Amino acid sequence: MANSHIVKAFDRELQELEGDIIRMGHLAADELENALVALRKRNPELAEQTILKDREVDQLEHQIEERAIQLIARRQPLANDLRAVVAAIKVAHELERIGDLAKNIARRVITLAQEKPPKPVKKNLKRMGKLVLAQLRGILQAYEKKDADLAVEIWRHDEEVDAAYSSLFRELLTYMMEDPRTIGLCAHLLFGARNLERIGDHVTNIAESVYYVATGERLDEHRPKGDATSRILPAYSGPLDEVDEDEDEAGGEA
Amino acid sequence: MTENRDITIETAEAAQERAAATPAGEDKSRPTSPVCGHKCKFITRNVNVFYGEKQAIFDVSLDIPDRSVMALIGPSGCGKSTYLRCLNRMNDLIDICRVEGTFLLDGEDIYSGDIDPVLLRARVGMVFQKPNPFPKSIYENVAYGPRIHGLARDKTELDEIVETSLRKAALWDEVKDRLDAPGTGLSGGQQQRLCIARAIATRPEVILMDEPASALDPIATARIEELIDELKENYCIVIVTHSMQQAARVSDRTAFFHLGRLIEEGPTEQIFTAPREKQTQDYITGRYG
Repeated sequence: MANSHIVKAFDRELQELEGDIIRMGHLAADELENALVALRKRNPELAEQTILKDREVDQLEHQIEERAIQLIARRQPLANDLRAVVAAIKVAHELERIGDLAKNIARRVITLAQEKPPKPVKKNLKRMGKLVLAQLRGILQAYEKKDADLAVEIWRHDEEVDAAYSSLFRELLTYMMEDPRTIGLCAHLLFGARNLERIGDHVTNIAESVYYVATGERLDEHRPKGDATSRILPAYSGPLDEVDEDEDEAGGEA
Repeated sequence: MTENRDITIETAEAAQERAAATPAGEDKSRPTSPVCGHKCKFITRNVNVFYGEKQAIFDVSLDIPDRSVMALIGPSGCGKSTYLRCLNRMNDLIDICRVEGTFLLDGEDIYSGDIDPVLLRARVGMVFQKPNPFPKSIYENVAYGPRIHGLARDKTELDEIVETSLRKAALWDEVKDRLDAPGTGLSGGQQQRLCIARAIATRPEVILMDEPASALDPIATARIEELIDELKENYCIVIVTHSMQQAARVSDRTAFFHLGRLIEEGPTEQIFTAPREKQTQDYITGRYG
């Protein structure tokens, strides 16, 4: 660890700021974990609690921002201190977004409570959730220890999250095509998976901040952005194909 | 330039030649720094300075780009002021002080026998921590240098130099109606700007500033900093400061000295956000070394 400031209050304030980030990070991670458990167990009560918890995450963001502003105004931090304070503001914002996305997943649980997702989807969603949660807990550890290597490792690992999302995307499309009655359920699950994928992106943003705090350099290498779903089209051949020709007529009837 | 090194009064022709030749600064032969890639005003190599037995500076090599501000920072006694004073041979005035190493001003060795230190100090002006106007009128404070260096042919020209210098130092409007009043009667900030006007009156190429704003209030400090920003368009400025924020605000490059050694030098934005050396970081963030 770095040696201490001559002004002890400066050290204390920086520690408090970083302590708040860790606390906020674990709150957001707990929120995500509960949302995922609620989704798996189809437990609307737990989902409700999780949604309420998000307020604490939001409040912590304000507190962190306020502390950071005070630190800049009163201490005029430089070099690694400056990087730490700026990163705190950025990381708090990323965590707030992560909390929102977790809340969004929890909201879907309330809608989906009665429905039964197909077994393989459930399994893959659980796997993806675990992966993202591990990424989030990992990056909090990297932040706490100012561990640039761990941050890079997590940053690279986002590829796996993206791959998991692409495969879930294909899978859900297939179910929807096979049985249009599952479209409502699958669309919700698809949004849930999308939220997880977005959380993964926020984790990589935090990884970039951690790397910058630790080294003073930007992690600006091209990130392995693996969300290939924009290029995936449903491979489909069936009666719906013929609808194309009747499109205008169909529109007229509606 | 002249045979007699002890000469203190430049001939009018020589001075005007110098004044005409130098400010343009389009010297194609000026070397480019291998360190920063800029056209350099000063190139200094392997500088060692001793006060008697005690060594104050150890093997410092530093390039100072033209038309920019170089800040020298470091704790008290780190050698930054000593180094600054080498640049216009102010250390010559201290008997026990011995300077070794190479100092090239536009490629010319300022410690060679051909250089008259008094002429050198007209080219490399200096502003000190404590404003030190002569106990004379405001006008005389500024006119003194150009007069002894023969920069003006007559009173009209001298008046012109005084006005231009005071304008450049952002002091003219405040003193134009009382040029005969004593310089010592001005406020601290005004006195410091008067000293800057005095320094630029001899049409220097380089201005050295040793903590020029440390005795001033924030408004006067801001005025000096604004002035530094304007002056760097035409001059090479080297400033010693204890205020990290000031160094960050005014300089283009920053050099950190510690215990007589140059620890790190680089673009100011890098030094204050991501210094390479731990010693630099500890100093600028206020940690124990």
